[in-house]
Amino acid sequence: MEAGIHELTAGYALDALDSDERRAFEAHLPGCERCQEELTSFWETTAALAVAASGPEPSTGLRDRILADVRAEPPQVVVPFESHRRRAVPVLSAAAAIAAVVAIGVGLWASSLSSDLDDARAALERERVAAEVLVDPAARTVSLQAGEGRLVVDRDGQAVLVLDAIDPAPAGKTYEIWIAPGGDVGQANRAGLFPGREGTEVEALDGVVRAGDVVAVTVEAAGGVDAPTTPPIVASESI
Amino acid sequence: MEALASTVLALPRPHDRFAMRKQHTHLSDEALVALVARGDEPALAELYDRVGRVAFGLAFRVLRDERHAEDAVQEAFLAVWRTAASFRPERAKASTWILTLVHRRAVDLVRREERRRAEPLADDAGVSDEAEGTEEAAWLRFERERVQFALKQLPDNQREAIELAYYGGFSQSELAERLGVPLGTIKSRMFAGLARLRELLDDSAQEGSWKPEFTS
Repeated sequence: MEAGIHELTAGYALDALDSDERRAFEAHLPGCERCQEELTSFWETTAALAVAASGPEPSTGLRDRILADVRAEPPQVVVPFESHRRRAVPVLSAAAAIAAVVAIGVGLWASSLSSDLDDARAALERERVAAEVLVDPAARTVSLQAGEGRLVVDRDGQAVLVLDAIDPAPAGKTYEIWIAPGGDVGQANRAGLFPGREGTEVEALDGVVRAGDVVAVTVEAAGGVDAPTTPPIVASESI
Repeated sequence: MEALASTVLALPRPHDRFAMRKQHTHLSDEALVALVARGDEPALAELYDRVGRVAFGLAFRVLRDERHAEDAVQEAFLAVWRTAASFRPERAKASTWILTLVHRRAVDLVRREERRRAEPLADDAGVSDEAEGTEEAAWLRFERERVQFALKQLPDNQREAIELAYYGGFSQSELAERLGVPLGTIKSRMFAGLARLRELLDDSAQEGSWKPEFTS
């Protein structure tokens, strides 16, 4: 019987199980690491079968209908954006410490493309880490007091910065992420570099954040520096 | 608080915000699903732009009808939107996950509609998805040939079980009846065939697949 259940992995991956066996297999799956691994690799095989299926192009209307469906949906069940704003005065003053310097010097940005691009594979790996935090239902969203986007923090303090609009860093410069304990920029710890690019930036932070910390981004010389030398252009609310 | 807010509002914007916002073309499929889980509609649109064509080709192969195939794809992408938070990148690539959702919808539909065609195995030779010489079209052609070559190396009864199940939407018990063999035999053929196909595809992938990154 046990061998029988394992053998159903193939039928399940091919969507060929009858409904009673589908249910039995789905009940078995969560507790069986072997079947989970088998299914993971069988899915890659069936995905190849999918890619090999030929067909006509979908109509252009299909894309529109899908997006219309989505707009008609009730809002996603995500951590409410506003509920994590802290109101405590000490936190606000810590946040204000960063905000005070934000306005200075931001107008100097050039939009020229950075010539030194980061290693694509390393970036992809960081994205994968970021994706795991972003899909974690227990992760919470912290808004930004400067910059457009948000910070997402999971229960372990692993954090991901999502920036909606940020230029590529100027030639010879990089963006550097900082974790400022208690919002104190003077004690900020390095948390990663990124070059910036056209469009949404998703960056997993090196290191973990704790309650009261502020995450900030500054522009620094390529290669990064050990302590921020320029005013932050992005700063989170106090975590 | 007001002072803080006005400081933030005073930040200059590097570009027109509507032009700059939500350009997702550089993100991985997995990162896009993560953004979809947070209610990001442009991320879903980008996923559709990457996977939609293959998804529709798959649904059409199973359903043999454009309208039904579009229904299946539409339902599947709505499921992507609703369940993106449950996606686990360590379990499957995002594109694989989406195609799994599409296939499940197509099979459910073909069974519900009793739309089983007389010859589910026939590939639509007349239908070309390679009209234009894009990189994606070339990659699809390459992949199709690679998979078809691998399928041809399976024993006939294993290939038949896999093709009738995956492209025809037949369940194991339906196949047992149709082919006049015991259900246990069908299960064994399917498992042995899929395991062998996985091996063959792994081998040919090592020999020189050149799949371009969808995230270019």
